[in-house]
Amino acid sequence: MIYHSADVVVIGGGPAGLAAAISAKKSGAEHVVLLDRNSWLGGILPQCIHDGFGVEETGVSMTGPEYAEKYIEVAEKQDIVMMKETVVLQFDKKLEIIAVNKTGLHQIKASAIVLAMGCRERTRWNVMIPGDRPSGIYTAGVAQAFINLYNIMPGKNVIILGSGDVGLIMARRLKFEGANVLGVVEVLPYVSGLPRNVVQCLEDYDIPLFLNHKVICINGRERVEQVIIAQVDEKMNVIYGTEKKIGCDTLLLSLGLIPENELAKNVGIEIDSSTGGPTVNQYFETTLSGVFACGNCLQVYDTVDVLVNDAKNAGKSAAKNSVIQKKNKKVVTKVLPGRGVRYVVPQIISEPGKVHFTLRAEKPRESSVLYVIADNKELLKKRLPWANPANIIGIDIDIPSELMIRTCNLEVMLGDC
Amino acid sequence: MNNFQVAIIGGGVIGSAIARELSKYKLDVAVFEMGSDVASGTSKANSGVVHSGINSPSSSLKARFCIEGNKMFQVLANELGFPLRWVGKYVIAKNEEEVYELERLKKVGISNSVPGLKIIDRSEVKNEEPNVSCFKALWVPTAGITLPYQFTMALAENAAENNVRFFLETKVTGLKKQKNLFLIKTNNGDFQAELVVNAAGLNCMEVVSMLEKPDFQLYPCRGEYLVLDKNYSSLINSMIYPVPVKELGVLGVHISPTIEGNILLGPSAEFIDDPYDKKTTDETMKNLFQEAKEIIPSLPDKAVINAYSGIRCKLASPESGGWADYRIEESKNMPGFINLLGIESPGLTAAPAIAKEIIKMISCLIELKKKNSFKSRRHRRKRFSEMSAEEQSTLIKKDERWGRIVCRCEHVTEAEVIEALSNPIGANAISSVKYRSRAGMGRCQGGFCTQHIVRIMEEHFNIDVTDIKLKSPNSNLFYGRNRGGSK
Repeated sequence: MIYHSADVVVIGGGPAGLAAAISAKKSGAEHVVLLDRNSWLGGILPQCIHDGFGVEETGVSMTGPEYAEKYIEVAEKQDIVMMKETVVLQFDKKLEIIAVNKTGLHQIKASAIVLAMGCRERTRWNVMIPGDRPSGIYTAGVAQAFINLYNIMPGKNVIILGSGDVGLIMARRLKFEGANVLGVVEVLPYVSGLPRNVVQCLEDYDIPLFLNHKVICINGRERVEQVIIAQVDEKMNVIYGTEKKIGCDTLLLSLGLIPENELAKNVGIEIDSSTGGPTVNQYFETTLSGVFACGNCLQVYDTVDVLVNDAKNAGKSAAKNSVIQKKNKKVVTKVLPGRGVRYVVPQIISEPGKVHFTLRAEKPRESSVLYVIADNKELLKKRLPWANPANIIGIDIDIPSELMIRTCNLEVMLGDC
Repeated sequence: MNNFQVAIIGGGVIGSAIARELSKYKLDVAVFEMGSDVASGTSKANSGVVHSGINSPSSSLKARFCIEGNKMFQVLANELGFPLRWVGKYVIAKNEEEVYELERLKKVGISNSVPGLKIIDRSEVKNEEPNVSCFKALWVPTAGITLPYQFTMALAENAAENNVRFFLETKVTGLKKQKNLFLIKTNNGDFQAELVVNAAGLNCMEVVSMLEKPDFQLYPCRGEYLVLDKNYSSLINSMIYPVPVKELGVLGVHISPTIEGNILLGPSAEFIDDPYDKKTTDETMKNLFQEAKEIIPSLPDKAVINAYSGIRCKLASPESGGWADYRIEESKNMPGFINLLGIESPGLTAAPAIAKEIIKMISCLIELKKKNSFKSRRHRRKRFSEMSAEEQSTLIKKDERWGRIVCRCEHVTEAEVIEALSNPIGANAISSVKYRSRAGMGRCQGGFCTQHIVRIMEEHFNIDVTDIKLKSPNSNLFYGRNRGGSK
């Protein structure tokens, strides 16, 4: 066992981890260690060769690798210890991390930990697609890695299930590489990816979109030969007679992402079932003191720009946590998603003051009103021109100190005008 | 060399067990397997249960080989290093009426000399299995679990280490008897053998009909399974079975722990026409979950990480009750042609005992001489994830590939993937790695590790990406490089 100690250890070297590590360092943490399981830094960004990264943050549209490079350069200059090809096996309540890489087993004693493990893709079995189990079924991200990182073509005649951003971007990417993209199938009545991707990836290339449809069977003993899709009603039940058989050799799954929190779960950190990420307060601290969470393992973000903004704050909190004693939290306010809202982050408020919330709408809606209610009192009422689950909603709320005198709930709701 | 004394058709658990038993003798033995690896049919897709012998009537071959086989398992596991745990099982009665069935099973078990059987009350079950809801239960301590594919691979690999030749992706397309030799036609050339053992599982009838008119009919019966995430492994400690479904000659949907901590729900029972139709269906997946939920009400909804099905090779139609005994016999018209027909559950348990029986039959046909060079032990290293920190550190120091985690969900290292790909039977599909090392079997289902396994196959084994297969001869993963792209 090789022993180390650090002020802040960041688990995961994707955009969130990099941003958090840089910010922790800037905020005064002396010894910052960043751990990543890949042989490269930047997480998923190096395989995202399309542009659009950094527009909100810097006004310049970059590709994924360019965007990642920007952060990696800064991190390198800042003397952050970056351990690549290093997998964290576990950490405990004393914040002792066990990690492994080719130099051996490492035990790292941390004053604060930032979780930035990212997310994984939902698989065929998360939505239980019946049929054969042939080759040719890929999650969109895996197919993206093969094409963009390894120059390998996973398919020629492709159906894409799910209209998340990765799926939409892959539709265009496969088209560029000469594959036939036979359609994007989405069970919901609306696309779940960003509207700009619908235009730029599907409409511009005449790729058909089947809304209210699902794949009801995969056929092919060895390689995918055909998928059967069918229309669904409002209750998601198949409407018989609407089945279409589509001959293809590949089915790409873009079914959404699951925050990766096995490490957090193992140590008993509370997970919010609606975000899939740890429950955090406004400082991004989880229910285990000294452990912070950011990036896609906290909640699945739609753009990296918003993600790094939160990650920087998490890094800053972790740095402060490692230099000053933790304050005693006596009163906490729980934040609950109300009508029309899928989830809200943070889920806990431990101190009054300005708090930045991110939330997601339950379903797409026209002009709406966002209400924040505390103790039956309206704390905030804001008109939104529209709300779409694909776009995270960010909002600042001033939490008055009166609210923090006794424990109460704060509810965030979306209503019609 | 294309001449063998014994040719075994089928590299399932039966063919592999026979191959391993034959490898103790001075013989040239070949195994022809049409899949890309051994255990690619029913031997892979079953419950992985080492049965006790309470389910088959005393006079049957099923009972005899099941009981004999059960007793052989521990020694085999020690020699061959495949996992085995005697977790025991509860057959549960949901009501007073079903208790009669428990008593009947207990009686059959006792007449089959199955030890330790007892019928216990709800409260006693609750003590051991707090999540299980039942009226009474029959406790069967001598039932165990194994990994059926690793058991089969262990048998086959040990046989290969003792000079049995395995021909993978080799389908027997024709059989002819010429004088005292069988001529065997395959897609990989022609072979000759003095004896042919038909252990082709669901293809047993096809193989028989190459030489003679089959006097039996096959009734393939599909069973679907669901696999639950390891996070829920604490729901049960032992296997939980309902009382058997008599009308279909099957044991019913049960809930079993697996060696690796996943929970298995299944199998369903559906007679189908096409013996290769291993589809999973929407309806059955929902039903399995519902049936399991009746036994464990707290079963979580989002726990499923995989689903699969396997096909039972039955010799009895559903109309006749679905139950028929095994047929293990030498053809009357074709001496030297040994057939194993209808080897369904408890076939996995019975396999080692059946193999002994086949040796007895073969010894009447040709002379068998023990060879001194037989190595009964198969080297098996602990998995990285099972090792102590000290063991892990020592190995990494020796070879840094032990420090490179390739599968993040199951913590499988690069060294283990390389070891899996270096197996003595030459299996090199993605599934060959998966079933040997567990890479790709976790909750992300290969999302992270597939690219690393592909890289290892290219770098260490010089396999071209267009030749990489998922699991069977035509299950290629890729169509080559991007436009203008290279490695």
